[in-house]
Amino acid sequence: MNVIEVKGLKKSYGQVHAVRGVDLSIPAGEIFALLGPNGAGKTTTVEILEGFRGRDAGEISILGFDPQTQGYAARQWRDRIGIVLQSAADAGDLTVIETVKHFSGYYSKPRNIDEVMSAVGLEDKSGALIRNLSGGQRRRLDVALGIIGSPELLFLDEPTTGFDPEARRAFWALIEQLRGTGTTILLTTHYLDEAEALADRVAVINNGLIIEVSTPAELGGRATAQAVVTWRDGSQIKTEATDNPTAVVARLSAHFGGEIPELAVIRPSLEDIYLTMIGGRDE
Amino acid sequence: MNKIPSALTLGIRRGGLEIRQFARQRESVVFTLLFPVILLAIFGSVFKDTIAPGVTFSQYFVAGMIASGLVNTGFQALAITIPMERDVGGLKRLRGTPMPASSYFIGKAILIAVSMIIQIALLFGFGLLFFGVEMPTELSKWLTFTWLVLLGSACSTALGIAFSIVPKSGRGASAVVSPIVIILQFFSGVFFVFTQLPTWMQQLAAIFPLKWLTQGMRSVFLPDSFAAQEVAKSWETGRTFQILVLWLVIGIFFSVRKFKWDRD
Repeated sequence: MNVIEVKGLKKSYGQVHAVRGVDLSIPAGEIFALLGPNGAGKTTTVEILEGFRGRDAGEISILGFDPQTQGYAARQWRDRIGIVLQSAADAGDLTVIETVKHFSGYYSKPRNIDEVMSAVGLEDKSGALIRNLSGGQRRRLDVALGIIGSPELLFLDEPTTGFDPEARRAFWALIEQLRGTGTTILLTTHYLDEAEALADRVAVINNGLIIEVSTPAELGGRATAQAVVTWRDGSQIKTEATDNPTAVVARLSAHFGGEIPELAVIRPSLEDIYLTMIGGRDE
Repeated sequence: MNKIPSALTLGIRRGGLEIRQFARQRESVVFTLLFPVILLAIFGSVFKDTIAPGVTFSQYFVAGMIASGLVNTGFQALAITIPMERDVGGLKRLRGTPMPASSYFIGKAILIAVSMIIQIALLFGFGLLFFGVEMPTELSKWLTFTWLVLLGSACSTALGIAFSIVPKSGRGASAVVSPIVIILQFFSGVFFVFTQLPTWMQQLAAIFPLKWLTQGMRSVFLPDSFAAQEVAKSWETGRTFQILVLWLVIGIFFSVRKFKWDRD
C-alpha cells in the first residue's frame, strides 16, 4: 500500500482554481519532491495532505487515513507523521532541549532525544534559548521537532530556504540519514539542485495540475535530450548540439591530435528542463 | 503499540511549559503580577474616604482589583498573546502534532490560574501591610472566594481563547482587546462605586461576567451590611454563579468550535 495516495484532488478559493485534479502515489520509503512556481497549487496541495485545509473533491489516503479525520483517530494519525513547516518562530524563551523534550512527549514512540539532537547537529546548543539561535539553527530545530516522533511520513516544506551552501549540504546529509531509516518524505522546494540531490522522484505542478512525474534524471526527456559540446578553435568558441557527444569528442580529439582546448560537454540541468516545462504556460 | 499520552497529561505538561515561558519574560511577569498592587497604591492614596460606615475605598477597591485581575490576566492576556503565537507559526506547528486542542487550552488555564494565585497573594500582602485592607474571617466567605477565583479564572481563560479569533494579527490585538477591557472595568464598578453609575451603564455591565465577579468579590471583602447598598439589595451569589457558568460554557463552545490555528 502506498503511503500517500491522492486521486482527483480539487480545491478552489472563490473563482481561483488552485488545485484542479491532482493525482499522486508515493510508496513507502520514497523521497518525493513536489516542484512548481509560486501560485501553482503546491502549498495548497501539501496543506490539504497535512490536514490543514479541506478540499472540494478527490480521494486522499495518507497512511490509510483521510487527513480530515477528527478526534482520537486524528491523534493516532498525527502520531505517525511529522511536519516541518516553512516558518515557526515561537517559544523564544525556551531552550532547545526543553522544546525537543516537550514535543517528544506528544508521541507514542518518540525517538531518543540525544540521537535527534546530534542528528540535526544541535547537541552543542541544547541549553541555548531558541531566541538566540541563528536562522539555520532554528531550521534544524524545526526538523528535530518534525522527526522526534519517529514519523513514518515526513513533510518538508522549503526546508533549506535561507541556508548558506554549507548548511544546505549538512541538511542534505541529514535527509539521507532519514532515508536510511525508511522514512517516506514529501519535499517541496524551490531549489532544483536540492530535488536532484535528494529525491527519488519529482513531480512538477503548474496551474493546479501535475504536468509530469519522473526521476530527476529523466524528467522532461532530460536523459535523452541533446547534449551540447563546446570547445575553442583558434580564437573562436564552437558549440555543437548532439545526440552522440562521445562520438563528437572522439572526432574532435582526432582533429586536435589529443587534448581539445576548453572542452565542455553540457547536459541540460534539471533547472533548464523545469523552466522549459513551466515556461510558456500562463502565469 | 504504545499509547499516545492522554489529553489531560499533555495539558498539565503544557501548563508547566507555559509557566516556564511566562516566568522568563521578566518585564511582563513584574507588570502582570504587580499591576493590581500599583493600582491599589494609586487609588488607595487618592481616595481616603470611607464609602459606607467602616468600609474604606481601599477595601472596596481590593474586591474590584481581584475581579479585574481575573479579566486582565486571563481574557486580555490570552486574546492578545494567542494571535501573536498564531502570527509566528507556533500554533500551526502544534496543530501538526498529536497534541489535542484541549491540552493547549488546559495549559493556558493552568498558566492563568497560577498567575492569579500569585497576583492575589501579592495584593493581599501589600493590602494588609500598607493599605489597612481587612481580610474576611468567616469560612463561608473564603469558600465563596475560592470558587469565585477558580470559576472566574476558568471563565476568563475560556473567553480569552474564544476571543483570540477576533484580532486579525498579533500586532493589532492589543488595540482591539484593551479598550473593551477598560470600558468593561469602568462599567462594572471596578474603579467607582457601582450603584453610583448611570442605570444604563449598570444594565449593560450586568450582561458581562466582570460585574458579577466584582460583586461576588464585594460579598467576600465587604461587611454583609453593605449588601443592602447593592442594586438588588443583596449579593445575588446564586445569580453570580449561574452567569459565570453560562459565560464559561459560551467561552468553551467558541474555543472548541472556532479556534484558529493559522493566520488565514
